[in-house]
This record gives sequence, C-alpha cells and structure tokens, in this order.
Amino acid sequence: MSVATQDTAIRTGRVTRTLIYLVLLLFALFYMLPLYVMLVNSVKPLDEITGGGMMNLPKVFTLEPWAKAWSSAQIGVEPTGLKPYFWNSIKMVVPAVIISTVLGALNGYVLTKWRFRGDTILFGLMLFACFIPFQIVLIPMARMLGLMGVAGTTWGLVLVHVVYGIGFTTLYFRNYYAVFPTELIRAAQIDGAGFFQIFWRILLPSSGPIAVVSIIWQFTNIWNDFLFGASFAGADSQPMTVALNNLVQSSTGVKEYNVHFAGAILAALPTLLVYIVAGRYFVRGLMAGSVKG
Amino acid sequence: MGFLDIDNTTKSYGAVEVLHKVDISVEEGEFLVLVGPSGCGKSTLLNMIAGLEEISSGEIRIKDAVMNGVHPSKRNIAMVFQSYALYPNMTVGQNITFGLEMHGVPKPEREKAMKDVAGLLQIEQLMDRKPGALSGGQRQRVAMGRALVRNPDVFLFDEPLSNLDAKLRVDMRTEIKKLHQKLGTTIVYVTHDQIEAMTLSTRIAVMYGGYVQQLGTPQEIYDSPANVFVATFMGSPAMNVVPAKVAIEDGKPAAVVALHDGRSTTLPFSQDNLAAWNGRDIMLGIRPETITDEDAADRKSSNIAPMTNRITVTEPAGSDTFVTMTLGGKDVIARMRSDADVRPGADFKFLVNMEKAVAFDPDTEMRIVP
Repeated sequence: MSVATQDTAIRTGRVTRTLIYLVLLLFALFYMLPLYVMLVNSVKPLDEITGGGMMNLPKVFTLEPWAKAWSSAQIGVEPTGLKPYFWNSIKMVVPAVIISTVLGALNGYVLTKWRFRGDTILFGLMLFACFIPFQIVLIPMARMLGLMGVAGTTWGLVLVHVVYGIGFTTLYFRNYYAVFPTELIRAAQIDGAGFFQIFWRILLPSSGPIAVVSIIWQFTNIWNDFLFGASFAGADSQPMTVALNNLVQSSTGVKEYNVHFAGAILAALPTLLVYIVAGRYFVRGLMAGSVKG
Repeated sequence: MGFLDIDNTTKSYGAVEVLHKVDISVEEGEFLVLVGPSGCGKSTLLNMIAGLEEISSGEIRIKDAVMNGVHPSKRNIAMVFQSYALYPNMTVGQNITFGLEMHGVPKPEREKAMKDVAGLLQIEQLMDRKPGALSGGQRQRVAMGRALVRNPDVFLFDEPLSNLDAKLRVDMRTEIKKLHQKLGTTIVYVTHDQIEAMTLSTRIAVMYGGYVQQLGTPQEIYDSPANVFVATFMGSPAMNVVPAKVAIEDGKPAAVVALHDGRSTTLPFSQDNLAAWNGRDIMLGIRPETITDEDAADRKSSNIAPMTNRITVTEPAGSDTFVTMTLGGKDVIARMRSDADVRPGADFKFLVNMEKAVAFDPDTEMRIVP
C-alpha cells in the first residue's frame, strides 16, 4: 500500500516537474527571442534581411556589419563608427563607478559607525535621491554644470552620475555595514587605528560582496544612461548610447538593419561582461565566522 | 590612590543618568569583576574606562593620569570583547600584531612579541589561519593574545566567556585565572555570571540600576551581602529571603517564621543587636547550603537550630539534592548532600546554621549590620 502511494507520489512529482520545466523553457525562449533576432541578423548581408525572413539563420555568414558598426558607420555627420564613443563611455563610466562606490562606502561607514545627531534624517534625505526622476533635475543640473565650467565634458557627466548614484551606493553600504559588528571598530580603535585606517584595513577588505553589487548596479545604470548623455555631453564626449541612437537615426538612403543590430549588441556587451565576471563574487560570504561561531 | 581610580564617575544620556557616582579604586594586580544583570551599567562603566564612552562627570585615572577625553589607544589598555572582535580579513598573526603596527612598533619587535604571546597561549600553530577557521575556544585565545601583546596597564574583559559552551567556559575560566596569577596584571572584568565573578575576582562590584550595590571581596559579598539584591543575585541557588518576626527567647533575639501548615518555628539569631527589633518584621536570609540534614550540619557552628518542615519537591542533581519547602509563605530551597534521606510530602527535621543567617530591614531592604 505504502509502496503504491510512493509510486504515485513520484509520478505526480515527475509530471509536475516536467510541466514546470516546460513552462520555464518557453519563457526563456520567449525572453531570448530578441537576442536571437539581433544576433542572427547582425551576421547577415542586408539583402537577406530586406528579403524577409527575420527569423531565418543566415545563408551567408559575414562579420562585415560588426566591423562597419565599430569603425565606419555614419554617426550623425561623421563616418566614425561607434569606436570613439565606446571609449567616451569607458572614460565616463569607470571614474563614475569608482568614485560613487568609494563615496557610498565612506557614507555607509560614517552613517553606521560614527553616528551623529540627525544621521538618520541625513540618510533619509540621501535615499530621497533614489526616487527623483532624471527629467526633473535636467535644467538645474545644466545650470550647475555651466556654473562649474564642466558643461559638455566627460568630467561633467562623471559628476552627474556620481551625484545621482551616491544615494544608491550609500544605501547599499549603509545596510551592509549596519550588521557589521561595531565591536570590530572599537577593537581597532583601542588598537590605535584612525578613521581612515579602520576604513581601509578593516571595513573595505570585508566589503567584497556589497562592493560587487554596487559596481554592477552603477556600471549598468551609467553605461545604459541615455538621457544625461544626450542632454549634457558635448560633441566629443557623447557616450555609446547616444551614438547608437544617432547611428540608427542618421541613415542615408537604406536602413542598414544588420549594422544597427551589431551596434546594439556592441553597446550592450560591456554590461553583460560585468555580470559574467563579477557575478561570481556576488554570493561570497566574506564575513562568515568573523565573529562568533 | 590606586592604580586605576574611578572617582565619582557618572554617565548620562541626555537628561537620563544611567550610572550614578561610581567610586572604585583598583590596586595594581587586582582582578576586579563588575557583575550585575543586563542593563545595570557594568558594560557602560567598562567602556568608559576603555574610552569608548564619554565620562559625563567625575574622573577616571590610570596610574594617576586623568583619562577623561584621552583616546582609547593612548590609555595603554587592552580589551577582550564578548564577540572576540577578531578582524575577519587578517590572519591570527596579523590580528595579534595589528595594535603594535598601529603604534608604530617596528616589524622585528612585532614578530618577537607575537611569538612570545603565541607561546604563552599555546596558539603557535594557528598564526597563519583566518579567524573564520578557528573554534570558539581558539578565537577566545587569539582575542586574549591580541590584548596581551600590547603589555597594557589594565586589561578590560567584556563578558569574554559568554559565547562559549558550558564546558569550555569552565576551562577558559581556569585559564584566565592562571594567566592572572602568572602575569599579575590588573584586570577589570565584566560578567553577568555570578559564578565567574566569585571564582575569578579578588574583588567584586555588584551593580544594579546604575548603582554599585556592594564592593568587596567574594567572601564579603557572599557572607555579608549589603542588601537583598546582592544576597539574591550572588549564589546559586539564590539565598532564601523570607518574612519573619523578631522575638526574644531565653534573652536572645530569634526569628519566628511560619511553617508550611501555618504553625511557626523559632530560629535563634547569633546577632545580638537584633534584640532592638523585638516584635518587628524583618526579612530573614538563609543560604541553601546552610539548611542541612542532621548528619551534614556544620560542626564548627555555634548556632544550629532544628526545624521540622514538610518537603514539597526534591531535585537530585548528582552531587547535591535540592529540597524545596514552604517557609514564611515562600518556596525555600535547601542544598543537601545527595544521599540525604528526603522524600517529597514527608516531614523532615532540618538543621539551620543560624550563624550564617542574615537579617534585612523590610523597608529599605538593607542588611541589619551586627
């Protein structure tokens, strides 16, 4: 009797599991469809696309659209390809991510371990920054950048992104450090470590997981930003996203879909790479066993 | 003038005073234990000695130097924390020498100091491990090593054993005591465990509600508690405190206490000045181990009083048997030898060593001093 019920239990288990996997597979396929379309069409000659059959695999495989998107496609008025804009983006994203993450870590450190009167209110106000829509700050931001003399430069964009990102990074690090044992800080104080020594020697080495979260978040957001780039960048500091838009908008005559697809993938590659490289460190419990066991 | 002076020190948070005029003077080489229930202010006081909390008024001096406002690292103290507070990203060796490094001690000296301490605590083989890979007892040792290596004037221990399991706790307790005897250092030790306080200390400060209730040697605290709180907090099981009335019997003061059935028994005091309390209510304090059967009574005592009462519960605990009875309307526990012939529900002839009994004023709860 019991054996029979067990059998049924396993069978129903199998059936449900198969169903679940089937549904998940369907969702995954549906979700990956755009990527498939992009990939497939970026390696086709243009006439294969215009001839219909967007979903078909390429009959003639070519990397020419990729090369064109990277180095010779028409962006606005210049036939430069996306290459210079890619470097513009890198020059903007790397400092912005580093500065906003370090500042967020410092803020989190002060807000949890060097508490002062009104620190929760200050933190609340910083959190507010996370809820302000980009569009609202455009005009005041433009005025500020002009006053500071960094309008239209990469550093101006870095500043904008740091200011915008600091709310998020502070939130991450504050919450992470809130559960970091204060006794460690006190022990370090008695050992004679100063404010920054405690930060560099004790706190930061234990912040791996949250630093990765902060970096992924900031990198993705800043790399993918279009609005600030379009509003505040000068001709020689436009980021990748703006260039991609210009590439797609500024075709003379025929729309080179294959080039557009290749360009779009190029624009999305760095964030993908960051996820793949940094994602491994996401779940590392660096703090395991530091305090009591 | 002691080695460490806590002079009329108070601590307030805003308008709330949490520590009231604490006045303790610790001699060099003393082992002072601050003991009390949670929230009594003992950890706050320790943190004030360490410099982790500000002193609201009064003074703390180490070797006659005023410590108010001096940074923790400049007080020449070392602290062992409840959670051990080992730096998780550093090896044991780095943990131990971090303080020296911060104080600018050159590397060869650091290495030497580390080796000495590692040898003393027998943790040489752990030096390259991270704290995460250590057991609780090992972490405890490393935390003590980190304190020892600095060779400080005063060691501060903040409930260092409360995260260990019961057996290890007893071992480490002995270890700390040995270390103190060997090095002769001055220690201030915070605990809520009265057994730790009794076994380790040369002096105890019992704290409650932000006041030092009593400061004295373990023996003084145990035998002559200043008030009902100290009497019931120290000792396990706690001292029995029951309502009684003073009467004069054969010219001597005696306590009249109600038995389980409402009849009363008379227990003569050794304390003559209680005659002044004739006819008044008091609170009678009797330690569980001073209530025995006939064979186990203390033969050196000059004042053993018999008392027949009914046993309500017996709890054999191996080495002892705890016997509960009703006395003065309260449950009273007697700690008897394990082979005492006690059965629940039976009437039993107890002997009470009244030489050790204490009396408290029921209004102030202070002990009536002989």
